[in-house]
Amino acid sequence: MSGSYGAVTTSAIWKPEMLRRFSTYLYLRPWLVLLLLLGPPMLYMLVVYLGSLFALLINSFFYLDGYTGKVVHQFTLKTYAELLQPSNMEIILRTVVMAGAVTVADALVAFPLAYYMAKHSSPKMKTWLYIAVTLPLWSSYLVRVYAWKLILAKEGIISWFVNLLGLDGVLSWLLHLPGIGGSSLSLSPIGMFIVFTYIWLPYMILPIQTALERVPKSLMEASGDLGAKPASTFRFVTLPLAFPGVVAGSIFTFSLTLGDFIVPLSLGNSRFFIGQAVYSHQGTSGNIPLAAAFTVGPVVIMIIYLLFARKLGAFDAL
Amino acid sequence: MNNNSAVTFEGVCRYFGEVRAVDNVSLIVRDGEFFSMLGPSGSGKTTCLRLIAGFDRPTAGRILLYDQDVSQLPPYERDVNTVFQDYALFPHMTVGENVAYGLMIKKVPKLERQRRVEEMLDLVRLPKMALRKPGQLSGGQRQRVALARALINNPKVLLLDEPLGALDLKLRQQMQIELKTIQKRVGITFIYVTHDQEEALTMSDRIAVFNQGNVEQVGTPTDIYEHPATLFAAGFVGVSNLIRDELAERITGTQQPFSIRPEKIRLAPLAEIPGPNTFSTTGCVGDVIYLGILTRYLVELDGGGDLVVVQQNLETTSMDVLSAKGQHVRLIWSCDHIRHLET
Repeated sequence: MSGSYGAVTTSAIWKPEMLRRFSTYLYLRPWLVLLLLLGPPMLYMLVVYLGSLFALLINSFFYLDGYTGKVVHQFTLKTYAELLQPSNMEIILRTVVMAGAVTVADALVAFPLAYYMAKHSSPKMKTWLYIAVTLPLWSSYLVRVYAWKLILAKEGIISWFVNLLGLDGVLSWLLHLPGIGGSSLSLSPIGMFIVFTYIWLPYMILPIQTALERVPKSLMEASGDLGAKPASTFRFVTLPLAFPGVVAGSIFTFSLTLGDFIVPLSLGNSRFFIGQAVYSHQGTSGNIPLAAAFTVGPVVIMIIYLLFARKLGAFDAL
Repeated sequence: MNNNSAVTFEGVCRYFGEVRAVDNVSLIVRDGEFFSMLGPSGSGKTTCLRLIAGFDRPTAGRILLYDQDVSQLPPYERDVNTVFQDYALFPHMTVGENVAYGLMIKKVPKLERQRRVEEMLDLVRLPKMALRKPGQLSGGQRQRVALARALINNPKVLLLDEPLGALDLKLRQQMQIELKTIQKRVGITFIYVTHDQEEALTMSDRIAVFNQGNVEQVGTPTDIYEHPATLFAAGFVGVSNLIRDELAERITGTQQPFSIRPEKIRLAPLAEIPGPNTFSTTGCVGDVIYLGILTRYLVELDGGGDLVVVQQNLETTSMDVLSAKGQHVRLIWSCDHIRHLET
């Protein structure tokens, strides 16, 4: 009896002592802590994340033999030559234009709301707005796209409302515009543009809001104090300081639009976007190299875009 | 300096819901003077400054800037500039661009802008700093840039919101002198908000003492130090012994409260007979704090309560003064040095 008592006491003393020595050991070796914390995620990043990107890059330098229908594992630029054909370049250009338009529209819609959230709303209101902004992200993206398909359909609520206002002439004029028109809103680039803008909006609001939150109110007061009217204050102080947020948001909206295939698939017409091209090349035709090359396209475009943003001074205020 | 008013408060109130941040303040700041608003935090002094700048508008009352009612004008329509507590320098602009901001807004030609920026940076002793970013400057340098940025517009009134609060003591004292010199040189009315009574006494032509949204007293530094009008003013500006109720009655014969500055009280042997025209009381020396040029004594009075006494160390050493602890002493001061106070 007394022996077991003794054992309990010893281990009770022993344990904290061990822990203390262990934590001291770690405290004196910060690199070890770093290794333990970062090792597993870094391993994941290297193998799964960068590895798949690397595999993608490699594949884009192979090519599909048109006769055998098999991928030839040999370094070649043939696939890229194919990518540069006018029909494929048109797809890339169309997607980039769409991504650019969506990004600009999102920035214009997001900024006022983000500004209100960051500078004028009460803490309670801000919480509700956060919920409202992220609420759409709680439901499936696919469901929302199909919901929009119904909203935009010929018999949908928008057409009905436009009819009610007697503006159906305007709508049909819009839908007859070459390049962006279609048989109905739900089957036209205009519809895609609306849905893209809606779907990626939260990704634009949140970074802008964060950036504006970091701009002290005294800077705007100082600008007004020095004689600047609100419009000038916005131009010279608020916008430049919030611009990194706009760029961060645009990276999301731009790259997400570049890579998306669900929206073009469900709302588009026969004119392909990059996502669809990748989807169809890797699927039905089994042309993995061309699909890979198509995917490398957005990566290169994003790199160019970021370099351009840096040149604009987007990261100066970081 | 003349007697034209630069800024006039007429019954100005600013309420934030139930909180009366500024409660019926009336005062006049004269043209060309260095005017300080002194008070503890939450006393309404910063709110008053923001009302003058136009960042906030009064709930009631009027604010006049050189006889023009500006109460409802936005900041950019008022000919005043502010040096902010956190300096509020634009981080994405260089020092030169910061200083030139007001001129850029007014569309002053670029060459003249450059010339005046250089002049201003010389005035605040920061030449050749125009190309740096604010982030590369020390606190004291940022403070000067903020000053230059405000002064370059040649405002009618310059508002300073505790601009030296973030600096260390040495730098603060140096900047106090510098600010005063610059103010004399440019001849602009300065309104200076501070909670530091020493700062206010050092620099100001006149001081307004704020407490709980009210102005307790307006006067010159000597006025306020030597003739504090209220209990609060006496306690907040400098160190004062406040004596009231029975203790006051025991010493002076009436219950009216009065203040006596610690340096006006003399420590004397218990046996000394006080002269005519003096008050005296006895007590036991409690704490003795040796401060180099001064020694501060806390004397516990025989009838209850205590008094702070400060004596210069003219001939005494630390050994001498520290041995005073626990001794029974007589405290004597001249009747002329007490200030009767309103409660």
